Amino acid sequence: MTGMIGTALPRRDGPAKLHGTAPYAYEHDVEHPAYAHLVQATIARGRVTGFDLSAANALDDVLAILTHENAPRLEDTGNAELAVLQDDAVAFRGQVVAVVVAETPETARQAANAIQVTYDSEPHETRLRADDAGLYTPEKVNPALPTESSQGDVESALASADVTVDEVYTTPMEHNNPMEPHTTVAHWDGDRLTLYDSTQGVHPLRSAVASLFGLDEDRVRVVAPYVGGGFGSKGQPHAPVALAVLCARHLTGRPVKLAITRQQMFSLVGYRTPTIQRIRLAADHTGALTGIAVDVVEQTARVKEFAEQTATPSRSMYAAPHRRTGHRLAELDVPVPSWMRAPGECPGMFGPEVAMDELAQRCEVDPIALRIRNEPELDPDSGKPFSSRNLIGCLEDGARRFGWDARDPRPRTRLEDGWWIGTGVASSTYPVHMSPGSVAEIRYTADGRYEVAIGAADLGTGTWTVLAQVAADRLDVPVDRVELRIGDTDLPNATVAGGSSGVASWGSAIADAAGAFRDKFGTDPAAGDEASGRTPDLSETFAMRAFGAQFAEVAVHADTGEVEVRRLLGVFAAGRIVNPRTARSQFLGGMTMGLSMALHEQSVMDHRYGHVVNHDLAEYHIATCADVRSLEAHWLDETDEHVNPLGTKGIGEIGIVGTAAAVANAAWHATGVRVRDLPITPDRFL
Amino acid sequence: MEATITITVDGRQRTVAVDTRTTLLDALRDRLAVTAPKKGCDHGQCGSCTVLLDGRRVLSCLALAVAHDGAEVVTAAGLDNDRLRETFLDNDAFQCGYCTPGQLCSAAGMLDELKAGWPSAVTDGEPTLSASEIRERMAGNLCRCGAYVGIVAAIQEAGR
Repeated sequence: MTGMIGTALPRRDGPAKLHGTAPYAYEHDVEHPAYAHLVQATIARGRVTGFDLSAANALDDVLAILTHENAPRLEDTGNAELAVLQDDAVAFRGQVVAVVVAETPETARQAANAIQVTYDSEPHETRLRADDAGLYTPEKVNPALPTESSQGDVESALASADVTVDEVYTTPMEHNNPMEPHTTVAHWDGDRLTLYDSTQGVHPLRSAVASLFGLDEDRVRVVAPYVGGGFGSKGQPHAPVALAVLCARHLTGRPVKLAITRQQMFSLVGYRTPTIQRIRLAADHTGALTGIAVDVVEQTARVKEFAEQTATPSRSMYAAPHRRTGHRLAELDVPVPSWMRAPGECPGMFGPEVAMDELAQRCEVDPIALRIRNEPELDPDSGKPFSSRNLIGCLEDGARRFGWDARDPRPRTRLEDGWWIGTGVASSTYPVHMSPGSVAEIRYTADGRYEVAIGAADLGTGTWTVLAQVAADRLDVPVDRVELRIGDTDLPNATVAGGSSGVASWGSAIADAAGAFRDKFGTDPAAGDEASGRTPDLSETFAMRAFGAQFAEVAVHADTGEVEVRRLLGVFAAGRIVNPRTARSQFLGGMTMGLSMALHEQSVMDHRYGHVVNHDLAEYHIATCADVRSLEAHWLDETDEHVNPLGTKGIGEIGIVGTAAAVANAAWHATGVRVRDLPITPDRFL
Repeated sequence: MEATITITVDGRQRTVAVDTRTTLLDALRDRLAVTAPKKGCDHGQCGSCTVLLDGRRVLSCLALAVAHDGAEVVTAAGLDNDRLRETFLDNDAFQCGYCTPGQLCSAAGMLDELKAGWPSAVTDGEPTLSASEIRERMAGNLCRCGAYVGIVAAIQEAGR
């Protein structure tokens, strides 16, 4: 072991990214590309009755216009989100009804704008309501979790409790908005299809495209060495990739570039569902919980079901003998919701963690002491022991670093220079995932290097760097003798970069391959020696989660209501940290997105027309450099031999979990105003 | 309608025919295969396309190529400032890297503006290389990965 695991190696892809030469999907060198532009439905529900293509066809350099009337038929239309241009139905505003391919991007766009579409419109519903008569209970929630859970008799516990909290909390529709808009460059060359795509998983995308078009997987190659962020929106295939392939099939031999616009991202590549969370807590006068009930209402699309697992983190957070969680969905005429950083946990730790603050207030117990008092001995959901659980350690270490002890628990007591100042805390958690099926290969080269190959993805997560560290560590060689290859289906199979499972899944496969290599060839291999390894099975003996605690200092302007997050400090217990430098960025990045969620993010639907009106970065506000003041991430040294061979728990998502609750709790402490609906905008305080 | 322009890109003179509707960003990326400037929004709202145009930081998606015949363009690929690259790497001031070329060009332009004494909205007296000045002046370059803490530290270090 070289001890490379745990070393703060600078990013190995740094030089390429710092010169702007790392190629993202659009930027791969293809010969004589054509350019595609999409035409989107302007009604939220109904049918296309006709197209007037004359003005578009009259333009020079238009190569093709595809609609449902002439587009090639797809082999498998089971995933309705991907079954594009197959019929005349419109299921949400912004759905693609036509695509233009032209010699230049300017002409493609002009032609797309010149197409006239007529519709037969039907009444639509896009508003999520807790009392929607059509609410239904889905069979499971993402990814395959039970929709409901129940232990004891929570209603009786609530009826007999000394203290209760019974409040409704909401989180809005939010859009992932990675900086790189979703792009596919598709090229049919003979009977082979090559895709340069902004994807979180080349192999899963290949499988989806192969089945959609009825191809053998070995005829499809997907390449994605660099991805400009994803946050879940590039985790599952969405309609644009199918459209790019349709265009390329139509123009065989000619590469087609389809880069969707920022505006189009608001209807085509997923988003976080709005949530309505009724949280009920029952406790004795010391704050010891006797009952927890979490009932969530959220939306899904008529095209395809996605059920966010919002209530699930409450199943494992705190002890209580009586408990219930459940999800109900409204099927609306809206774009398809999907993964957005920490689906389930991120929205699902807002309501409960604000409710815990309200309980602390009502019991007159310190919010940290309240959480410690309700620490469970076993996972309340499964009854299994936790493989490791250091929530209390995170709360206590964070309290010390943040200076929590000096806090006056009373709200609205600190007014400085016209700003009300307060502090707040909330817990974080995220499950430990490891996906089966990744394979890594290690080959020794003539010049004494180890080629490590796996089709993994780096979305900014640090994969290029940390997988090389894992290989160097397990081969016991300096990291500069490791040459990592990722982001290509020509490499061994890798699972999707999702659920914070990358290092656990891919790294464990590399560790297995390194062990096999040394077993077979010892420490003096010959050129060409190679070995492979696989991700092991996940232990089912333990409940496995990462935990954390986030602390916020918030200032609210007494006259204008302007909200500033002056300090944010997180402490995490997330297993072994492979690279402290890139790990810190993951935690800080998550917390920054959490701050953004707390103060800014909200997709505003115009229910008359069914579209997001603030569909660009001028009006859908995300945190800017000026919003982020003092931000710190720390972690506990946590050893957990049960989670996987590397002892890692996954760090890409936990940073966003709990942040918004910590900010809301601090805003209450500052002002005495309890904000239960995100985002925390100035009008709440006036 | 097409027009032919000549621009200097990262020290190299390039002559190219462009549609008169083509932005400087698209001229660079689609016509000249200069892909260091990125397209994040195409509306001047994210900063990913920032280049130095005749020495000043500019959003190349809001500049029409034909309006800049004869101009000198410096992208992150040709930026003569390895010190910034070094401090960005040290401070892990990027993750996915998509906004990074724009951040670097913007940082270089911003440091020049500060040196020239240009005030910002938070300036009180003489502008200095403080964290709050950097945060304010870099607020036009969005980073969804949330690398702002590293970006501010990197610029402060490089600017010393």
